[in-house]
Amino acid sequence: MASENTMTLNLKIWRQKNGATEGKLVDYRVDHVSPDMSFLEMIDVLNGQLVKKGEDPIAFDHDCREGICGMCSMMINGKAHGGYKNTTTCQVHMRLYNNGDTIVIEPFRAQAFPIVKDLAVDRSAIDKVMIKGGYITANTGNAQDANAILIPKPIADEAMDAAACIGCGACVASCPNGSGMLFMGAKISQLALLPQGQPEAPKRALNMVHEHDSLGFGNCTNHAECEATCPKGISIEHIARMNREYLKAAFTYYEKTRSEGGA
Amino acid sequence: MAINLDPKIPSGDLKDKWQKHKFDSKLVNPANKRKFSVIVVGTGLAGGSAAATLAELGYNVMSFCIQDTPRRAHSIAAQGGINAAKNYPNDGDSVKRLFYDTIKGGDYRAREANVYRLAEVSTNIIDQMVAQGVPFAREYGGYLDNRSFGGAQVSRTFYARGQTGQQLLLGCYSGMMKMVSKGKIKMFNRREMMDLVTINGKARGIIVRNLITGELERYAADAVLLCTGGYGNVYFLSTNAMTSNASAAWRCYKRGAAFANPCFTQIHPTCIPVHGDYQSKLTLMSESLRNDGRVWVPNAVGDKRKPEEIPEEERDYYLERVYPSFGNLAPRDVSSRQAKYRYDEGKGVGSTGQAVYLDFRDAIKRDGREVIAGRYGNLFEMYERITGDDPYKTPMMIYPAVHYTMGGLWVDYNLQSTVPGLHVLGEANFSDHGANRLGASALMQGLADGYFVIPNTLSHYLASTPLEKVTTDDQAFKDAEEAVKIQTSKLLGIKGKRTVDDFHKALGHIMWEKVGMARNETGLKWAIDNIRKLKEEFWHDVNVPGDVGNFNLELHKATRVADFLELGELMALDALERNESCGGHFREEYQTKDGEAVRDDEKYAHSAVWEYTGQNSSPIRHKEELKFEYVQLATRSYK
Repeated sequence: MASENTMTLNLKIWRQKNGATEGKLVDYRVDHVSPDMSFLEMIDVLNGQLVKKGEDPIAFDHDCREGICGMCSMMINGKAHGGYKNTTTCQVHMRLYNNGDTIVIEPFRAQAFPIVKDLAVDRSAIDKVMIKGGYITANTGNAQDANAILIPKPIADEAMDAAACIGCGACVASCPNGSGMLFMGAKISQLALLPQGQPEAPKRALNMVHEHDSLGFGNCTNHAECEATCPKGISIEHIARMNREYLKAAFTYYEKTRSEGGA
Repeated sequence: MAINLDPKIPSGDLKDKWQKHKFDSKLVNPANKRKFSVIVVGTGLAGGSAAATLAELGYNVMSFCIQDTPRRAHSIAAQGGINAAKNYPNDGDSVKRLFYDTIKGGDYRAREANVYRLAEVSTNIIDQMVAQGVPFAREYGGYLDNRSFGGAQVSRTFYARGQTGQQLLLGCYSGMMKMVSKGKIKMFNRREMMDLVTINGKARGIIVRNLITGELERYAADAVLLCTGGYGNVYFLSTNAMTSNASAAWRCYKRGAAFANPCFTQIHPTCIPVHGDYQSKLTLMSESLRNDGRVWVPNAVGDKRKPEEIPEEERDYYLERVYPSFGNLAPRDVSSRQAKYRYDEGKGVGSTGQAVYLDFRDAIKRDGREVIAGRYGNLFEMYERITGDDPYKTPMMIYPAVHYTMGGLWVDYNLQSTVPGLHVLGEANFSDHGANRLGASALMQGLADGYFVIPNTLSHYLASTPLEKVTTDDQAFKDAEEAVKIQTSKLLGIKGKRTVDDFHKALGHIMWEKVGMARNETGLKWAIDNIRKLKEEFWHDVNVPGDVGNFNLELHKATRVADFLELGELMALDALERNESCGGHFREEYQTKDGEAVRDDEKYAHSAVWEYTGQNSSPIRHKEELKFEYVQLATRSYK
């Protein structure tokens, strides 16, 4: 797999010391880039050179480097994760680029994702939405036998399609409105499809959507940029299901509070 | 200092021990649980399930996570599945068989009672995860589907496409978020544990670094749960995530928690081969692929033809040849070693020779492309993205890579380390997998420890231990924080010529060559010498730029590599002292003439448990003898 055809690339990378300071694009050149390198390995090489020169290396988020943890982010040439189908930044390989290319690398930009440093952003708003209902209340204990809950394969498969979300936030970064409806819709849809998710479905839809709106995420206006850049190929059909769940709940759900005391 | 290695195995028959132990354990009444606080470090399957469950019970949980959210812990990358003795397929599985397979798979170097308990609670895990909405694979009738994994002759592995770890972790994460909403879990993201604080001999808190601001923070509690995963990144290249590290466990070791079997590391047979010195990590291709893929190399040394051009009779399907009854599903240690033998014989393929084929041609011919795509589609896509080759058309190339560490902090039956109040869960402990872990058993262990074991054993500790009030102003917290500060300024002050990664790569190279798939006395001694030299150089010549007061990724890496350098030496020492071959530990001096491992049950049917004695003195090797009452020690055969 090793290759002799290495490349020289010109990079324009967003540098910003922290959330309180202004940032700007800085030019770098990297030589001897192998086409078998991953995009992040290419930045590792650049960082190695910066450290040797005593300069501050470029901060970026990354962890598993196999496309599943959702930690890596970056806009590459204006597209979240580079815009390659079903691919996170860590899985973008340099064979997709040509010798002499100029690549612009910026952080995910959205009102709900403030910049931490350089290319790293704060995506804790995603957790905040999940806290409002992205779960099934099933305390640990003697749950019923797993096969007592039958789920038809097509339903299980569709729930899995939605559950594949890695929470990277590319949907938010690529949406002109900075909306988080794809990642939120995926969770609401997954749990609404499954029988276990029914008891809390109305409350879940209402609470998560309200939280989403209050955190500075925008609304969905059907641009479908999110679906195009989602590294897990999650469909906007899940936003549609979320909307139906929300509407249904808005018309029918009313939470009574009763005292739970007893004799 | 004498350390207490009483495993605290309950009396009674093997199958009754856990039930009896639960009944004999003291409980904390519901109103008192809210008076206790528990620190959980790490949010993988072990830490996530423990945090959620303890919070549900009423304890006040503080959860610490190195990433920006608990949903990114490296359990997420587990692909293939999770074992459970459900016997849904009616193929002869039982708790006893899962127990037996795990003991045998671990080459008889794990504690019977722990492993039996693991097998026993495995069935509850599946029930629990389904109740939480984990979308496991299903049959058309709506029932759960199973597949096979290495080292087993039954189908007991539950899976969610090739993303089982992700789905289970998101289940744990959702359980945690539920308890965050109720105020019972406080989350601390982007924090890294820098030290353990002990007061009166008990674990009472931790020092962490806030990775964004660089500041050190102190947290006190009644107990500390360490769920920080394994130490495979000692080798630099491994399938672990980039931030997976050993520092939390290593700092606990230095505070008195004994370290067991550090040399037991798992080299996984099916990873994408190394392709260049810039490489930052290795990617696993799930073991489940061996259900349908056939592993082979050309018969002839140096055969450079394309795989498609090599006719059937000139191929060596070596796993099927050597192990006819398990074939391509031979366990990981055995399969990895056989791949290494092919490389040693000069039959390896690819540009470096460090690769073998994993071929789906026959499976596609038999079942059709669509069926194979249904089973492994996402893995095939992942392979193509990384290598540029299409596995539907040409065989995958794979080679072994460091994947998992069976060794870890020593724990008793209650998962408590040699430091009272410090409990260790999941891959971070040494308890269940002996010298080799079977596929799909890591997820099982992490969740067993967190959901079902610790809630019972921790209550006993809290109910039966006098716990004086402590605050973060106590001297022990100040001292621990000061020590971290001193180390940090030392690292930042060196300003040498080599990067942290340079040192890490150099260490990884020594470890892979001499403490990897095959080890011998000369090599191990050489490794110890050279790791020491490298450590010297590190502390004189490393270049950590920047300062402490910000998001300094090089500093974070430097503290981890400083600990890896010490742990690497202990691994080599442990390997040197274990004069036998067992599981993932293969000493070239101890093998049969056809290259199979030769165990020495007379001398080594024990766990080696290392006690730290100070920076300038050698650690002491203790033993926990393993008593096998229910399983007969036998030569492990997969033929």
